[in-house]
Amino acid sequence: MNLEEKVKTGDRRYGLLKSYQPFPGVSDELLDPNGDVRPVWRPFLDHLSKLTAEEIENRFARGNQYLNDAGVYFRQYGQDGAHEREWPLSHIPVIISEDDWQVIAEGLTQRAELLEQVVADLYGDNHLVADGYLPASLIAQSPEWQRPLVGVRPKSGHFLHFLAFEIGRGPDGTWWVLSDRAQAPSGAGFALENRVATGRVFNEFFAKAHVQRLASFFRRFRDHLVELQGESDSRVSILTPGPMNDTYFEHAYIARYLGFMLLEGEDLTVENGRLMVRTVAGVRPVSVLWRRLDSAWADPVELNETSHIGTPGLVEAVREGSLTMINALGSGILETRALPAFLPRISQHLLGERLKLPNVATWWCGEAATRNYVKEHAETMMYSPALSTALPFTSAQTDFIGRDFSKFHKGILESWIDSRNEKLVAQEAVTLSTTPAYQDGELHPRPMSVRVFLARTTNGWEVMSGGFARIGRTDDASAIAMQSGGSAADVWIVGGNRPEKESLLHQTESPFFKAQPGALPSRAADNLFWLGRYVERAEGAVRLQRAYHARLMETADPDAPLVAMIGDYLDQIGVAPEEAIPDGLISMLESAVISASKVRDRFSVDGWLALNDLLQTAKGARRGMREHTDVPHAMGLLLRKITGFSGLVHENMYRFTGWRFLSIGRAMERAQRMSDLLSVFTAKDAPEGSLELLLEVGDSAMSMSRRYAVSLSQATVLDLLAMDTKNPRSVLYQLTEMKEHISILPGATEHGHLSELARSVLQIHTSLAIASPKTLTPEALSDLRDSIAFLTVELTDAYIR
Amino acid sequence: MLYDVALEITYEYASPANAGRHALRLMPATIVGEQRLIHGQVHLVPGPSERLDRSDFFRNAVTDVAYRKSHSELSFRLNARIDRTAVPEAFDVSPSLSGMARELSSIQSLRPDEPVHFLAASPRLTLDPAFAVYAEEWIHPTMSALTAVETIGKALNADMSFDADATTVDTPVLEAFERRHGVCQDFSHIMIACLRSVGIPAGYVSGFLRTIPPEGQPRLEGADAMHAWVRAWCGIDVGWIEYDPTNAVRVGQDHIVVARGRDYGDVAPVKGVLRTAGPQTTDHKVDVIPR
Repeated sequence: MNLEEKVKTGDRRYGLLKSYQPFPGVSDELLDPNGDVRPVWRPFLDHLSKLTAEEIENRFARGNQYLNDAGVYFRQYGQDGAHEREWPLSHIPVIISEDDWQVIAEGLTQRAELLEQVVADLYGDNHLVADGYLPASLIAQSPEWQRPLVGVRPKSGHFLHFLAFEIGRGPDGTWWVLSDRAQAPSGAGFALENRVATGRVFNEFFAKAHVQRLASFFRRFRDHLVELQGESDSRVSILTPGPMNDTYFEHAYIARYLGFMLLEGEDLTVENGRLMVRTVAGVRPVSVLWRRLDSAWADPVELNETSHIGTPGLVEAVREGSLTMINALGSGILETRALPAFLPRISQHLLGERLKLPNVATWWCGEAATRNYVKEHAETMMYSPALSTALPFTSAQTDFIGRDFSKFHKGILESWIDSRNEKLVAQEAVTLSTTPAYQDGELHPRPMSVRVFLARTTNGWEVMSGGFARIGRTDDASAIAMQSGGSAADVWIVGGNRPEKESLLHQTESPFFKAQPGALPSRAADNLFWLGRYVERAEGAVRLQRAYHARLMETADPDAPLVAMIGDYLDQIGVAPEEAIPDGLISMLESAVISASKVRDRFSVDGWLALNDLLQTAKGARRGMREHTDVPHAMGLLLRKITGFSGLVHENMYRFTGWRFLSIGRAMERAQRMSDLLSVFTAKDAPEGSLELLLEVGDSAMSMSRRYAVSLSQATVLDLLAMDTKNPRSVLYQLTEMKEHISILPGATEHGHLSELARSVLQIHTSLAIASPKTLTPEALSDLRDSIAFLTVELTDAYIR
Repeated sequence: MLYDVALEITYEYASPANAGRHALRLMPATIVGEQRLIHGQVHLVPGPSERLDRSDFFRNAVTDVAYRKSHSELSFRLNARIDRTAVPEAFDVSPSLSGMARELSSIQSLRPDEPVHFLAASPRLTLDPAFAVYAEEWIHPTMSALTAVETIGKALNADMSFDADATTVDTPVLEAFERRHGVCQDFSHIMIACLRSVGIPAGYVSGFLRTIPPEGQPRLEGADAMHAWVRAWCGIDVGWIEYDPTNAVRVGQDHIVVARGRDYGDVAPVKGVLRTAGPQTTDHKVDVIPR
């Protein structure tokens, strides 16, 4: 029976496979070479076939909703800069049998051992070069061979602790290693998120499908990191390049998932050979750093001197043996594209074994004999820069296939190979296997590769039972990268023993997991403080803008005294009142989002989404606003969203130090703004209606009528908005809040003495508490405003600088 | 020849720096058969919070210092006595340029002195085709490597003008080359790029020149500050030779070696990071007195 007929058989059983036509000479995950559905896929396909197209769409929507709610995004770089885009999940998992997986796991474990020995030699005795297993010039010319690390033995005894391998299945059905990721492999967190989303899409099926779970892998790796930390008060932390990095989401996600601090280079400093994190309670030691930052950028004094995201002295801390890096600085050399050319021989030499899982056949063109071989087979090769560390198939600028050259005169490719010489590496242009992707009610074969993760644990290398699959958008294997429109899928390992259900949150059998000593990095404190300020500042501006436009609608005269005065005031705080949704307001919200984006590991996904929603609403209103009569309405909407966000944060955030900085920011902004408003609108020449305005902006009209039977007067307004201890809009109320928060911050009292900041806030608080409406002249109020403003400086000096 | 070297580098910060970390490469080297450091101290004002002496990959002496207290001024002072021996000029037994690749590929070592480190682009030196185009005008494949080094060095010296104000330490090499002007750092970088482009491994040397020349000889350029020149590898038999393109001379008894590397970045006298907001001014004084 030929292939075509078989597919027709499949057709009758599974309507979904109507157009499923694997490519000739390419192996397929779903169908065996005879066109039969492989046994490992059958239960899943049976399940999928029972669902209607509509049901499938609904389920996919459920998975997308999860990703959306979890805030999973992917940063894409285009011509117009970087932007976040929805996570491109291909909902159909890649299903691999336990037997296949066993082969992969053994092969990759061997490879991890081999790479450990290679990197130890490259930074140690250099036998591989001396004995002719690696060319000296290849290593010496690589920017990833970090000379300052030569001769430095890692504290833990190991260079490598976390690895990823990109693997694919060749036409003959065997698996190949396409690429080694040893620098700072990403994707493990995304694999987790893919798993959760796909699990929701196929929830009943997944529960019974005997799919291997992922959580134990992370748990054992976390335990390993905590063990490396030793019996000290030091910390395990994750180092990120920052929010502009394309995988920042994952850094924040893993930090939250494992309970480690997420740090940037500037959070860290080196003192006497020890790495320390700057926290609001002073510097604290860090002994294990899981870096998601490439080595070159880690230390501007000894590595790339142009780096602004590194930590001066980090290499010294490593040299002094006080710090374990995951992975060791310099491990990026293992990603060199030409290296696989030498690994088969090195494996025989170092391990006395063949590679259990072959890598893609690779030829370094720096040697004449090899070059001649490559020239003879020029059209079947893929060419890349020998020192490239990028994934294959990700850069059309540097990687290309020999067959694309065949239209030119034959000699061109050969002479080009000669001219590139040692700068060039040729690899067999492999065809990747295909796996089903769902499109328009049917399944279609798409090329795929799988990223597999290995972590060092107490028991040696452990392979994550699952992974992260990249699925091509078309049948072209070179479009497999997500940057060029590819998507990601979960990987299910099915069969073998029934997996135990476990996740990080529900574990009873972990006796030695200890909580990390809590200390808030100064930079996080700074961002939380400003987040609090910006949100409050935006709220103040929204209230004023609403008041302005409401009055303008009544009078229709922008020169009416009160309208003009509010207008001037708005102008002064950078908000142009004549714009319906002023740019100044948008930029306050943008500043809040930027501050929040830098501390995403520290507050809830809901909070983050609410804040983004707020900004999008404001921007949407700016585009959609037709008439200015809509302004009060739009401002009302924004106000409700702001209060919604504040409510989410203040109701749900754990009362850690970070929450205090957020609250101090909010209180400081509110107290400062209110004292300023009072000083301006209680001036002698303030127009009629100023007192009502203050009550409205202070959201206190109701409190007024409840508290004071008497009619409105300056004294009663000042009493209510400046000195009332029960009105959350009053200056004194906010000062009380600040005083309480500050008294609990680290170092608020040293040896029985108040810190400078605590003393200042107490002083301001006391002088306002003993004031009276009579003594609160406009001048006194503006002094009050200035002294509140100065608290920011003192706070920064004490905790953030 | 005995020399006393005094160097002072000072910085003033417009707003106080509250922390800083620097790696200093100021101490003259001891090189067997060429140069001996008799004594030397690096003195810092104000005193740093931390200080650590070590040597780097290329075997240069490094002093790491860290400051944690606020400071508005900083000075690094070196006092050293050095015995510099004349380097005997070897016979030219270097291979022809066409034979260099074979000698290079026979090297199976990553030791710091091996030429393999000095052939490719390095962090501050990209090998723009312009360098190869220029260098190839002066050489041919049968020329010996040593002759090629001297020929390219002389040509550059003739084509370029010394201009202390034209460039800064961060001016791109290609820019200085296109305008054919610069200081010793530019001369050296350009020569290194030219040599590497034609297959001759070349590195960067920082050091000092004697301030007052021997009687009857002209004063050399670069004596009032730290100086820089080039070392080039001329095959297995000749090994490394040093050439000063700013003055078009082979390096001899008037040159005192401090540090060697692939380019300025490897040997910068003061490398570091400060936490400060404002601008800074710096001053740099050198005296090299024969005893």
